[in-house]
Amino acid sequence: MEQINNLVSSGAVEDVLFYLFAALTLLCAILVVANPFSRNPVTSAMFLVLTIISMSSLFLLLHAFFLAAVQILVYAGAVMVLFVFIIMLLDLKEEQRRKIKLFGLVAGLVSVGIVASIFVKSLASIKPAAAAPALEGETYALGKLLFTQYTLPFEIVSVLLLVAMVGVILLSKKKLE
Amino acid sequence: MHVGLHHYLFVSFMLFSLGLLGVIMRRNLLVIYMSLELMLNAANLALVSFSRFNNKLDGQVLVFFIITVAAAEVAVGLALIVALYRKRQSAHVEDLTSMKL
Repeated sequence: MEQINNLVSSGAVEDVLFYLFAALTLLCAILVVANPFSRNPVTSAMFLVLTIISMSSLFLLLHAFFLAAVQILVYAGAVMVLFVFIIMLLDLKEEQRRKIKLFGLVAGLVSVGIVASIFVKSLASIKPAAAAPALEGETYALGKLLFTQYTLPFEIVSVLLLVAMVGVILLSKKKLE
Repeated sequence: MHVGLHHYLFVSFMLFSLGLLGVIMRRNLLVIYMSLELMLNAANLALVSFSRFNNKLDGQVLVFFIITVAAAEVAVGLALIVALYRKRQSAHVEDLTSMKL
């Protein structure tokens, strides 16, 4: 019992959980983008749901409790239902295995290389943390910040949602005049 | 070794690269959209870990806004795909070349 308590307080359990969920996230992300077994968009959508759920566990490990809940509600709930609904509506056939274009491969690898160089540079400029992080992403603190300092962006985002709704209704009319 | 900011940033970088590769190399419009979601999520993860390791909540507020904007973007984008599909009967990038010079 004491050993378990020691493990928990030293953060070893959190480390193990981090590696577990990070590996799960990356594995599912690979299966979203390049699934060797199926080219069906539904498979990609299901693996995207898994990616998002394991990423919300990473948010929990970072003590961002409210965002973890929002991530599951909005992404795994609303957005993915929309995706699956559209896939069903369009009745997409499986993507045929066409030959990968060399140009596409080279362009992709070059852009990933550029992002990697930015990543390495930014890693070099990270200062080691002076103390252990003590931030708690509680709903209370987040809501207070959102409705005091960030009131204007909050209202603008609500207008953006309204505009998106009007735009979607206009776009999905039978006849675009 | 203790898990720190580096580890989270590495996961975020890998997710972003995977999304980028998906956007460039896949041909199905819907799968391209899912890869875009992956890239947005990578940015979210980086912001949350910055916020945690710098003891500031502002990063999490930004993530909140990003999730909202992503939801709006998905709604508009999928409506566009449906409108396109009605006109062309196809959701493949290679069939959409009418603007090619």
